[in-house]
Amino acid sequence: MNPSPTAEARVFPAKHYLNDGTTVRSWLLTVDHKRIALLYLISVLVAFALGGFFAMLIRLELLTPGPTIVGPLAYNRLFTLHGMVMIFLFMIPAIPGVFGNFMLPIMLGAKDVAFPKLNLLSWYLYIIGAAILLFGALHGGLDTGWTFYTPYSTTSSTAVSTCLLGAFVLGFSSILTGLNFIVTTHTLRAPGMGWHRIPLFVWGIYATSVIQVLATPVLGLVVLLVAFEHAFGFGLFDPARGGDPILFQHLFWFYSHPAVYIMVLPSMAVVSEVVCAYSRKNMFGYAAVAYSSIGIALVGFFAWGHHLFVSGQSAFAAGMFGSISMLVGVFTAIKVFNWVGTLYRGSITFSAPFAYICGFLFFVVFGGMTGVALATVSLDIAWTDTYFVIAHFHFIMVAATLMAFLAGLHYWFPKMFGKKYPEGWAMLASGIIILGFAATFIPQFLLGNAGMPRRYYEYPAQYQMLNVASSAGASLLAFGFTLVLIYLVIALFQGEYADNPVGSRGFEWLTQSPPITHNFETIPVFTHGPHEYQEVPAEMTEPSHAA
Amino acid sequence: MGYRDYVTIETPPADSMDIYVMGKQWMWKFAYPQGPNSVGVLHVPVNRPVRLLITSRDVIHSFYVPAFRMKQDAVPNRYTQISFTATETGRFQVLCAEYCGTNHSKMWAEVDVMTEDAFDTWIKDQQRGLAHRQDMGGAPGEVAPVADMATEGQKVAAEKGCLRCHTVDKAPMLAGAPSEQHIGPTWVDLYQRKTKLSSGETILADEAYLTESMMDPTVKVVQGYQPVMPSYQGNLTGPEAAAIVEYIKSLRSDRVQTTPLQGPTYEPITNR
Repeated sequence: MNPSPTAEARVFPAKHYLNDGTTVRSWLLTVDHKRIALLYLISVLVAFALGGFFAMLIRLELLTPGPTIVGPLAYNRLFTLHGMVMIFLFMIPAIPGVFGNFMLPIMLGAKDVAFPKLNLLSWYLYIIGAAILLFGALHGGLDTGWTFYTPYSTTSSTAVSTCLLGAFVLGFSSILTGLNFIVTTHTLRAPGMGWHRIPLFVWGIYATSVIQVLATPVLGLVVLLVAFEHAFGFGLFDPARGGDPILFQHLFWFYSHPAVYIMVLPSMAVVSEVVCAYSRKNMFGYAAVAYSSIGIALVGFFAWGHHLFVSGQSAFAAGMFGSISMLVGVFTAIKVFNWVGTLYRGSITFSAPFAYICGFLFFVVFGGMTGVALATVSLDIAWTDTYFVIAHFHFIMVAATLMAFLAGLHYWFPKMFGKKYPEGWAMLASGIIILGFAATFIPQFLLGNAGMPRRYYEYPAQYQMLNVASSAGASLLAFGFTLVLIYLVIALFQGEYADNPVGSRGFEWLTQSPPITHNFETIPVFTHGPHEYQEVPAEMTEPSHAA
Repeated sequence: MGYRDYVTIETPPADSMDIYVMGKQWMWKFAYPQGPNSVGVLHVPVNRPVRLLITSRDVIHSFYVPAFRMKQDAVPNRYTQISFTATETGRFQVLCAEYCGTNHSKMWAEVDVMTEDAFDTWIKDQQRGLAHRQDMGGAPGEVAPVADMATEGQKVAAEKGCLRCHTVDKAPMLAGAPSEQHIGPTWVDLYQRKTKLSSGETILADEAYLTESMMDPTVKVVQGYQPVMPSYQGNLTGPEAAAIVEYIKSLRSDRVQTTPLQGPTYEPITNR
């Protein structure tokens, strides 16, 4: 095994992006993709804490079958807020906004994204959208669920229009970020960076961006239509005015099903990097992993009807949508086999990011298989709209995003801040989080199978035992996240210097940690693919940032 | 995979029995082609294929019987269908599975699977309008009725002053002379009566109409009457309103329903 050229101990660099301007103004008006990434990091963490807080209130409420801490209206607002905040403010922007912004230009050997000012605008749109959304939901109260199903949403007296406006603005943030990444990937690759040398993280983010640019306008359109209907009484969706409520579901899921892949593809992208770095091996099947991302992105557009199996959809349509949905399982399985193939006979460093990868594989395989089961039309009749679906998408979407986010956060923590995180605490926290997640949602699978519908404020008493178990798991999960927050903040200020402690040969490590404002002193020339540990080309022995 | 089962569930056999299901915030109502309606309890005979024709009066609901692994959305302005054959007698829980507002989690009902004989008896009783039904078990906030619901409703109606304007004997009905007309329409035989409204529209006075008229009385005023009734929204609890409905239903001029089979207030489904 060759020692990594970048693993040697160095001193903390004197000049880097973090100390290039320290005023508040220099942060809020920055066009540096790395600083924007940190702005996103802070925002999505705040959103995550908020969403988590709502989740804990929900779990507390569900401890008993009857009313526990809040009334039914407050409960309905809580789960709406939890869904809205977690999906629109955390999961969609989390990995692309933070790691995509930070790593994608560096990995391509670029100085920044293609449109740095647009990038800053995306963040401001995110903040504005989030503010509108939260103002509407907290001030006016929103109780439609994050799915806004008509005609309930168009006749609801709550602040539907305000919140939809927030979602509309957030959609633009998402579109602009996606556009930026696509253009950057196409135009700003450094010399030698052919399409088949692009790191898999970039492939994943690229596929995500394609979905964001293609699908989000549909969301913008549909939320606008619902807002108009709610505010001015258009008769598009409300049958009392001659509209069709199912039309809304089609339009909504045409965005929101691909949106699931907007959330899960970036996490797969992170995992592809971390798997290579921590098993010190090339990706087992680079092309297969890269193209399966594109495959998921494409197939994801034709699967939306599986949300409508019990809405009166024709049996033929249901069968088609069910079959197409199963194809996603094929692409996901291709990725899983490739990750496992990479791990096989790898030289594994078992530390916190790797622990999260193990968690990721467990949740994605389990969540993916329940997804294929749900795509089976007859089973879906029983499971849809129950806790089975809740548990399924928390496994596949939330667990995947969280595990990958945490894996990436730990793996890239030295890259982003030049500091080492405490390994012992991190391992402990990863154990607690993985266990907590399983303990929260496995009971929910059982609950759903036993017939407990989702969005239930009160429930028949026979479901109490499993609900208590789930709530207990949730508190374990919350404890784990608090732990991570505490030790990472401490490490940020008191951690020792580290630059690439695992000796990864991902391209992002070619520059110093933390990087300088324009990433590279000289633009790198790539002569090999990422993560080539087997043979060291001569060029690799001297990293380009020897300064 | 699983497709054949799906098609089986979605396509009922030709000899199945139709029952109309209507969801509304936040209760389930069932109507039988033979005449009777019931709220909160779906009575079905065992071992007989049943086709449910499901719709909604307001927002989308989903008719879900966990024990039957069966679920179908109730969509306003359209009918969806699902079929099943119950193989065991007993009572099974019905839940609403599509989020429909504040009391979504209390929108419960029951399926009562009866033997063929018991079912026939039940239908006959219903048709005669004799049975004092206690079908309201699933209504929101319902406490077990102390007496049967009709008696309860009579008490409530007297307390709330309904009877000052509505009669419960037959007198004003016979006359038609305006002088004899009370302030409000009589309750006798009101239930299931085809009623002409001041708008010229003719509706069937079913539970939904009766409830609406208590809560929003000026919307559908019977022809020849003034829109003077105050709204009882907030003044009557759900069970009280339901009890009054039951009371009105029990006020029949002793006639067996011999008119052509009527009941469901829904338009027939074509393209079976």
